[in-house]
Amino acid sequence: MSESPQQQNLPADPNLQEEIHLDDVSRVKVLSPSMLVFRRFIRNKLAIVGLIILIAMFLFSFIGGVISPYKQQQVFRKYEVIPKEYAAATINKDLRYIVQDGQSFPGGAIAQFVLAKNNKRLVFSSGGKDYSYTEITPDFYIIAENFPAAEVIILAGKGRFTAAEGFELTEGLETAAVEAIEARAADFEYDGSHYFITRQGKMNSITYSKDIAIASKLIFDAFEPDARKKLGTVEFVYEAQTALINDQDSFEAAGITYRIDLSDEAAIIYRQSETGETPYASISNLIVRAISPEVFLTVDFKRKFSEAINDRQTSFVVTDAQGVEETYTINRVHETYSIMAQKESQLIDIFSFPSRQHWLGTDGNGMDVLTRLMYGGRISLMVGFVVVFFELLIGVVVGGIAGFFGGAIDTLLMRVVDLFNSIPFYPIVIIMGAVMDTFEINPVARIFYLMAVLGILGWTGIARVVRGQILTLREQDFMVATEATGIPVARRIFRHLVPNVMPLLIVQATLALGNIIIIEATLSFLGLGVKYPIASWGSIINAATNLHVMTNYWFIWIPAGILIVLTVLGFNFVGDGLRDAFDPKMKR
Amino acid sequence: MTKYFLRRLIYACFIVFFGSLIVYSTLRLLPTSYFEKVARERSSAPNSPSYTEILNQLNKVYSLDTNIFVGFFNWGKNAIRGDFGNSWEYGIPVVQKFKEVIWYSIFLNVITLLVQTFISIPLGILAARKQYSKTDYMVTIVSMIAISLPTFFLATVLKYIFSVKLGWFDLYGIVGCYYDQLDFWGKVGDMAKHLVLPVLTLSMLNIGGLMRYTRTNMLEVLNADYIRTARAKGLSEDVVINRHAFRNTLIPLVTYFSYLIPNMFAGSFITETLYQIPGIGYISYYAIIHGDIPFAMFYLVIIMILTQVSLLIADFMYAVVDPRVRIN
Repeated sequence: MSESPQQQNLPADPNLQEEIHLDDVSRVKVLSPSMLVFRRFIRNKLAIVGLIILIAMFLFSFIGGVISPYKQQQVFRKYEVIPKEYAAATINKDLRYIVQDGQSFPGGAIAQFVLAKNNKRLVFSSGGKDYSYTEITPDFYIIAENFPAAEVIILAGKGRFTAAEGFELTEGLETAAVEAIEARAADFEYDGSHYFITRQGKMNSITYSKDIAIASKLIFDAFEPDARKKLGTVEFVYEAQTALINDQDSFEAAGITYRIDLSDEAAIIYRQSETGETPYASISNLIVRAISPEVFLTVDFKRKFSEAINDRQTSFVVTDAQGVEETYTINRVHETYSIMAQKESQLIDIFSFPSRQHWLGTDGNGMDVLTRLMYGGRISLMVGFVVVFFELLIGVVVGGIAGFFGGAIDTLLMRVVDLFNSIPFYPIVIIMGAVMDTFEINPVARIFYLMAVLGILGWTGIARVVRGQILTLREQDFMVATEATGIPVARRIFRHLVPNVMPLLIVQATLALGNIIIIEATLSFLGLGVKYPIASWGSIINAATNLHVMTNYWFIWIPAGILIVLTVLGFNFVGDGLRDAFDPKMKR
Repeated sequence: MTKYFLRRLIYACFIVFFGSLIVYSTLRLLPTSYFEKVARERSSAPNSPSYTEILNQLNKVYSLDTNIFVGFFNWGKNAIRGDFGNSWEYGIPVVQKFKEVIWYSIFLNVITLLVQTFISIPLGILAARKQYSKTDYMVTIVSMIAISLPTFFLATVLKYIFSVKLGWFDLYGIVGCYYDQLDFWGKVGDMAKHLVLPVLTLSMLNIGGLMRYTRTNMLEVLNADYIRTARAKGLSEDVVINRHAFRNTLIPLVTYFSYLIPNMFAGSFITETLYQIPGIGYISYYAIIHGDIPFAMFYLVIIMILTQVSLLIADFMYAVVDPRVRIN
């Protein structure tokens, strides 16, 4: 198949031929063996195709990662308008308790209050404290804490008083108390304070009370964010509530006059000042709370919402301070409503289809697929090279020793090779993968373990090839000559044998590279090799084990598969081409 | 002849013995905490034996409390009697589970073997007959691509095309959801339908290698003197190829097939997993990734035995096919 080089260089001029000797250097142009190999190699079309594929793959993986504007693990985000919970609302059916500053009305006491209210008892106690309450309307109660004032024993219309600690009795109070006890009243008033009487036989204990809290069902919503705090004070609520009950259209709290306007559907309280009146608060039975604490819900918003639920609408429109119309949708679950707003929110850009920014889209973690393919190529190729280097190291040493020394050593080493060959490859590697999973070894360390395991299990083929080659070389004349000239063993092996094994080794290594890339990809695909967040071509295709990804997002797994096939094909073509080039006689 | 086979047999036993020793040692060399962790996870599952029971069973079967060699011999004594312990994953004796599922694998692999033989050998011969022609190049390239295709990618692409896009086949499993309601032939048809993609995948794996091997050997035979003689005699080309050349190509092919058999079981390991065919491959894969040590150990040993048996068969077949071997 190769033309003889001498023929090509025959001089055209016959005169010249006479001047030059037959063995003249310029006449006989001899190609060096490596040149011959090179010539034969580049004449093989498939090998050239393979070489081009490989160069492209290396450029893609090692240069591509540098050129790519993105990082391997860069997560992309996007903004999208999605319905997001904006506020929640309930129709208030429970009493709400407003406690005076500096007082406390704990949960246990509330429970006792509700119990007492239902049992029509005026007095209740909780946590060692006594309380009483006054019902103004079924929706409005004033709760007071009771303190013992005195104990009275009535004997023949005259009371004997024993004052409680820290309490001073007055004549007037005593008279009033005796009168009330005689009249069998439960309570009495004196000097603006309220006193209760509890009877225990002849003993009457008198307690006085101090208002600590009010319970009301009304909800006040402020027009201005600053007014929110004031609305929560006992005084304001008490005055407003009293005014409502008494049908007054104005009340006074903390020195400011307020006017109540009941003309609208919702009652509105105006704050009056010298300059005129401003809307101050609205009264309703709806509790509306924004999900985010920074958001202040305007009265307008609440009124629109209240109108919407009265009209049984599922959405309503509110114009905000900037004049932008915003549509809200209402979801109702029993007595609670959640108000959803179409808000622009930041999302991780997963499974986005190929676009200008992401030529191959993004994967399930919002990372750029093309960039991950580049970095994945590095890992896949590097794993291949390191493992092959490992295999060559062990294979050449074992095969070389076996072939060179022969005899018992050869037999022993070849039995070891057979043994290693008989161990089922995939099951052992998968066991190792499962063990690494159990120990949750970190992804980077995993790669090294993986390379070690693949190398240890894979060297036998190379050892066999090296041994076979050395066995034949050993018998050849030039090796006998080296022995006869007394060249030391190490020199004989490394100067004379190894270079002769080299061509075969290169071929074997190239073919093994393709194989290891497949093995690594298979393991990563099964989730037992290279793991997220580190990319390898196999671990990228791993996404296709999820049926949803496989069916809908071809751009994630198909390119990675094509890259694997192309690379392996490239290695196989080049390996085949090299084999043919090194040894034309062996040609298939 | 008998002496040779006896030697071969003894050698096979030696390999299986030391191979199991290596596998046993590998499992023994796993950190003890691995066993404890797996046992703890296992025992927390419902309907499973308690933690100490599992460890005791493990100790009984694998003699974890003794040194490796004593442990190996204790394990071997049980193994020879066919007692490989209970599978942790399936809760029944390992051997029983093996007997249940092995038929799926055998079925799958025999069909695959037939399919790939009938595709690749004629193509290989064709390529050899027309060396350096377009057909030859096509066959070479196709076989190269087949060699370079990773199983999992091929399987995923096939599933994507035939199951997802065309909807011809189910994605997973050996039987469809209405299997129980079908009559006998319906059941056979259902199973056959589910085997189409796995067989295709498995065949593709070996077609490339087999085609190249056939082509190489055919070329060698076609260059032999007796072929020239046959042609010189004036025999028709068909007779030359079919009667003289092809028969002699069979000799190396027999060896190749013998290497294929254990490879097939290892290869179908991945394919069965991808298609979830409940053969020995998928069942073992599932057991192994869930830390089922008794099953893993059993599977490794059985694959080793299978490899050695098929090598023995290969040697034997070689003698049957080639009279020259019989004389030596």
